[in-house]
Amino acid sequence: MVEQTDIRVVRCGGSKICFSTPILTNDSRFLICASGDSVKVFSTRTEECVHVLHGHANQVTGVALNPANHLQVYSCSLDGTVRLWDFIDGILIKTFTVGYKISSIYVSNKHIGVIFIILPMQSNENGEHFQLVAVRLPSALEQELEARELSAVLSDVSPVPACTAFGQGGDYIASAKGLQLCVYFFRKQKTYRFKLKATDKKGARNAFTCVACHPKDDCIATGHQDGKIRLWRNFNQKKEYTYSTQHWHHNAVSALCFSPEGMHLLSGGVESVLVQWHCKEVNKKNFLPRLGGAIAHICVSPDGQMYSTSHTNNKITIISSFRVSAVIQGLVKGGSVQTDLMIDPRTKALVLNGKPGHLQFYSLERDKQLYSLDIVQQEYIYQAGLDQFEVVKAALDGTASWLATVEQRGSKISSLEFSLKLWSFNEKAQSFELNTTITAPHQNMITAMCFSPAMDTTMLVTVAKDDQFKVWLLGSDLDEQKKQASWSCEHLGSYHGLQPTNCCFSGDGSLLAVSFAEVVTLWSPDTWELLTTLCQPPGTIEDLCFGRLSCSKYLLGTTTKNLLCWNLLTCALEWSTSMDVCVLRTDPLSENVAAFCHNSGKTDLFVFRPSEPRPLFTQKAVCVGRVQRCIFVPREDPLDSCDEWSQWLNRSRLHFLTEQMELLTFSTRAEDERILNSRKELLVDDSVAMTPFYLLLGKHRQQQQEKQTSVPSQAADRAQLPQGCVAIRELLHTPAHVLPPASFLCSVFLNSLLISNTGGRDEKELPEQEVDSEKEEVDSEEEMEMNNGPQGVRTQGSVGEAPPSLSRAEEKELRRLRKTDFSWVTSLTSS
Amino acid sequence: MGEFTVHRVRFFHYMPSAVRALAFQPQRQKIAVARTDGSLEILNRADHLFQEKVIPGREQRGTEALAWAGQRLFSAGLNGELVEYDMQELREKYRLDASGGPVWTLTCNPQGTRLAVGCEDGTVKLFEVCDDGIQFERNLAKQKGRILSLSWHPSGSRLVAGMAGVIWVFDAGTGQSVHRLLVERGTGAPRSKECVVWSVVCLSDGTIVSGDSSGNVKVWDGDTGTLIRNHQVTKWDVLALSVSQDETSLVAGTSEGTVVQFQHLSVVLGREDKEWVQTRTFKNHTHDVRAVLELDTAVVSGGMDTQLVVRPLLDKIDVKTSASALRKIHFPHRRLVSCSRTARLLLFQHRIHLELWRLGESEGTGVPGSSLPIKRKPEKLLHLKTKGEEHICCSALSPCGGWVVVSTVTNLRLYRLQCDETISITKVSKLPKVVSSANQICFSSDSSYLFTASTCSSVHVLALSQSGCTFVCTLKPKSCSGQAILLLTASDDGKWLAAANADHEVQVYNLQKRKAYCTVPVYSSGVTAMSINPATNNLFMVHADQQIFEFSLEQKQYTDWSRLVHRKGLHPQWLERDTPVTNVTFSPRNPAHVILHDMYMFCIIDQTLPLPERNSQLVNQLTLRSLPEKERRAHSHAFKICKTFKELLFVELLEDQSLVVIERPLLDITAQLPPPVRQKKFAT
Repeated sequence: MVEQTDIRVVRCGGSKICFSTPILTNDSRFLICASGDSVKVFSTRTEECVHVLHGHANQVTGVALNPANHLQVYSCSLDGTVRLWDFIDGILIKTFTVGYKISSIYVSNKHIGVIFIILPMQSNENGEHFQLVAVRLPSALEQELEARELSAVLSDVSPVPACTAFGQGGDYIASAKGLQLCVYFFRKQKTYRFKLKATDKKGARNAFTCVACHPKDDCIATGHQDGKIRLWRNFNQKKEYTYSTQHWHHNAVSALCFSPEGMHLLSGGVESVLVQWHCKEVNKKNFLPRLGGAIAHICVSPDGQMYSTSHTNNKITIISSFRVSAVIQGLVKGGSVQTDLMIDPRTKALVLNGKPGHLQFYSLERDKQLYSLDIVQQEYIYQAGLDQFEVVKAALDGTASWLATVEQRGSKISSLEFSLKLWSFNEKAQSFELNTTITAPHQNMITAMCFSPAMDTTMLVTVAKDDQFKVWLLGSDLDEQKKQASWSCEHLGSYHGLQPTNCCFSGDGSLLAVSFAEVVTLWSPDTWELLTTLCQPPGTIEDLCFGRLSCSKYLLGTTTKNLLCWNLLTCALEWSTSMDVCVLRTDPLSENVAAFCHNSGKTDLFVFRPSEPRPLFTQKAVCVGRVQRCIFVPREDPLDSCDEWSQWLNRSRLHFLTEQMELLTFSTRAEDERILNSRKELLVDDSVAMTPFYLLLGKHRQQQQEKQTSVPSQAADRAQLPQGCVAIRELLHTPAHVLPPASFLCSVFLNSLLISNTGGRDEKELPEQEVDSEKEEVDSEEEMEMNNGPQGVRTQGSVGEAPPSLSRAEEKELRRLRKTDFSWVTSLTSS
Repeated sequence: MGEFTVHRVRFFHYMPSAVRALAFQPQRQKIAVARTDGSLEILNRADHLFQEKVIPGREQRGTEALAWAGQRLFSAGLNGELVEYDMQELREKYRLDASGGPVWTLTCNPQGTRLAVGCEDGTVKLFEVCDDGIQFERNLAKQKGRILSLSWHPSGSRLVAGMAGVIWVFDAGTGQSVHRLLVERGTGAPRSKECVVWSVVCLSDGTIVSGDSSGNVKVWDGDTGTLIRNHQVTKWDVLALSVSQDETSLVAGTSEGTVVQFQHLSVVLGREDKEWVQTRTFKNHTHDVRAVLELDTAVVSGGMDTQLVVRPLLDKIDVKTSASALRKIHFPHRRLVSCSRTARLLLFQHRIHLELWRLGESEGTGVPGSSLPIKRKPEKLLHLKTKGEEHICCSALSPCGGWVVVSTVTNLRLYRLQCDETISITKVSKLPKVVSSANQICFSSDSSYLFTASTCSSVHVLALSQSGCTFVCTLKPKSCSGQAILLLTASDDGKWLAAANADHEVQVYNLQKRKAYCTVPVYSSGVTAMSINPATNNLFMVHADQQIFEFSLEQKQYTDWSRLVHRKGLHPQWLERDTPVTNVTFSPRNPAHVILHDMYMFCIIDQTLPLPERNSQLVNQLTLRSLPEKERRAHSHAFKICKTFKELLFVELLEDQSLVVIERPLLDITAQLPPPVRQKKFAT
């Protein structure tokens, strides 16, 4: 096979921005957070990503401001390096190689030049035990440095970054694991350990979940599994330590943070409520509820003005003066994506499960969530263990004018509740609107559904575990009460009481394939007649798809062991091969089919054409674990690669979702370069207020200014503004005690206000000028229609220029008067 | 263990009254508890918090405050009188009108020489404690409004008084006010509602801590009179404060039923300046906590829900023992029920009346655990009210059911009872002059003699007959410690009488010779229950530390079984129980079976069986039942414990081998309490 180094698997955005605690910069203009294997710098005011700091080769696990220079940031990663960045310019300054997987980083003002990181213990390699070590960073000038000067501080610590925190003034470090809190004092080099009982009579679950230290007092706050917060004091005593307990959270406290002056303690958990405790008055607390997602991390800016909360649904909320001021939303990835991946042809956005009960529209190009469509339309309750409605299936038809969704609650058949919803796209509102809700469309849960790609009919097929498939049609007859046509069941099909597993329409919509256990049945959508059955035992058919374009005569199916291909003309098996295909997907723009095969813990990719026996492209071990979903995304401007192995990427890209919910894609070298170039263009300078919207507006304004200067200015031949006059400037800028008497200045001042007497020349040029100004007037009116904003400024300016302000009608009247011939007057006077 | 027909009695509506005040005497480790009905209890902290002494109260006279002056105990109430108690005779020594209207508070200076009394009329009165009483010394500057709380500076030179909205600091020498601290209403409180300072504490560095009705614990600088810190502890009232001896810890009792601890800690480790920081919260009460005590290693709290809670502070305790566990004291550590075995009658002692009930009868048999059909319902025969305001001190029902005796502190009455078809009761009119009152009363087993314990540990013997009651003699111990007798028991054959007093001494008298016979060796812990075995005439005693002794009266020495018990030691689980045994009886059929009970279980000790091993299971009745017959014998041991019945007040075995079990569920007591303050509960 040909050397295929050109194509590589890359992360394509959508990585978790809530993986570790973000940091707010000293001036709270930027928020820096780890995102996949890069570090992102967001503007807190505009929510835009200002820089992406690339360089790490694995997941970035923590970021920390350099205590010696607040414009630099450390980042640590599982690739065993700590990197120092200048986040203002987005430059990598230094790379320190440690050589172990680093799971978190801590810095302190007292320990400059030393960072504290958590590594797995050398003794065991399966990574269950971790230790906290201090690393002295070498101060050589080279960019790439080896940091080998490690000294262990605490052994057997929790790898969770929130479980360790520096104490007041950096004198001690507190770390909690399980039911034990350790406090290590640097000066005395002594560790104090405090243990709690696992449970008590009242059912408390005392395991520690997070630790925070008071910045001014010697007080450690710990969060616990059952929602309690304990404030520890006197922890330099073995016996006479003491703590007070506060309880508001009903579930585990997942984040704790003190404000920089120590006046407040912030806590958050699955309730998605930010609680602000007053340290001096223990019983007083403020709440910021409905933040829309379980809180994972809390961070406070060094001036205490701004908070940020990271939520498990990949969101960062920025809070200033205890109100939400900005939201940075990444790709929402829950525990699993239950819906298939889809592409909205209008916005080119990826459509998948969003936050609970929602579908999200996610722009792959801009790595940003466009919007989220509320499907369930019920308030989601943030509590563990509640069974709530989830969107489990979604399908878009070819033109994306219809969206079908299935929401479901409960997993057992006795408690199962589910409904099918059909949404139509409203052109005016530019969003989907609910058209039909069908509660309990089947007896048991729906396993697959698809729209017919045929242009003339709008048809949806659902298959369910109640051994039936149903065909739904948009009713043609308009009901009198309702203005819109609604959907109803058209046909109900079954095959020998077997359980259907999947369904698929052929490319032109003339054939429907439904797989029943081991049998594939083909139906004609016009007459609902069973055309033929295809059977290839053993193994239940899992995935089904028709070939596209020239390969449309082929039907592909997968079982747990085999990949099968039938020729529909001969109704016979064309070929089959033995592989465990987890996902099968066809490219809508070409004949290519992508199959991800699971093979001993890893997944391989095969891209092939059903007509050819040889795969176009194979790549072994694209990722660890099974691939969950994949999709071909059409490119906006096709590549023109003529290499055989990369041709399949010319018209569309293949995105896939791994078991760890990572969105990956394939990219070629040519493409990489193109992206790099485009990124440089897009790079927003440094100004925070630069948004695309601002750029658009700013450009417009610039153009306007240019236009203004290019047009011969009215001001040029009118009188100068009083401020512009030299005499006035002198008057205003000279100190009062050196000024001549006011009586002397008065005449100069008045003179400056007078219009200079150039009357003769004016009269000559009058006709031309009038034409000009009229033209300009038309221009400005056009502009006014285009946008109203700048026009207001301009009209104000013109008022300033012509002191006796006249309305437009009056001006016209005046001009008309001036144009009229007054020669008859002279004749009158002469006579 | 055998099977019994059980009379499960729940018609004794015993109702304890709320705890109003607590005072601690550090030298002898005594805790004085004042209840709202005016009664007073003395608990011995050194002896497993055994309720050593009870002084009955009086109607219409509640206690508001308690104070120890050295070994002497004073109380004051809203009737405006100061009372000193006689600790030996368990009665009031004298009472004195403070002449300032109702008295709200009373404290003694740390030196034990002066009492300060806060009165309704706004005066703080100082009394000097003399040898034979107290003497009015002076009034401090009179204020407007009532004085609600008082605290002495540890040096005794200053006095802090809390009132509605104001705290005054007085110089105890001149009587003039030094500072006036204004206590503001909490934010949002209505203007008409004044902030009442319920409790103040003055510390040796001059700091004043106050607890008020707006739920704040305020820390003041006493030298400058400025507020240092304010802790909002509750939305309701802070009712009581108490500071530890070394002034590092302070506790506050609130209306919510919580006790909040504050500790004097350095905010930055290693630095000298310390602050009062709110640390722990204990929630053991359902109602107002009216009184708290911080005892360095434990916090004692009591309140409206009538229970007394002793919460250990584990950080101050080095070795965890059963004595350092959380304890709740619900019931008195003495008997309130007497039972006639043959006549099947029960006598219940209430505060000012007695109730006489006849037990019901049932027929048929049933499987173990089922309830039998009732042939005759239990019947209330008598409701006997005492005259006067004094509360009942003790009462007894004779074993034949023919006599009832009841005594208050000043008055003893004997009644002849006839209950065949109709009930008739006649008061025995002429009682001998010597027996004016009794601390403890006991009948002989044939109901022919009455023994009354009186002053100076002496016991009067009265002969009962149809015609009346005649004085026989007075039994006096060989050496008189003067303490009041707490327990009396007579042997079945009428030969012996044993009397236990508050000094842990047990005297045995020979009734035939009518003189003292011997003294049981004094044990360090008080006797909670004792009885003489009818077959062997061995005196069986259970102590407050759960130890068991058996003393042979004939041989004047401990029996072999008792020696065996002490050589082997009792089972640790037995020693960990926290309620004392309050009654010991013997099975009439098998004298080797000793029946005893505490609040949570009753136990039959079979003296013929081996003692339980240290590591074996103590409560093993259920496991035994599941074992086959042969193995059962190997596993069974002397202690047969039944925990089927909860909150026991009394257990007795009747003639016909049926068991009377008197339960008083704590839920029933809680149900009778007034509703607690409203609190927002999560998800309501």
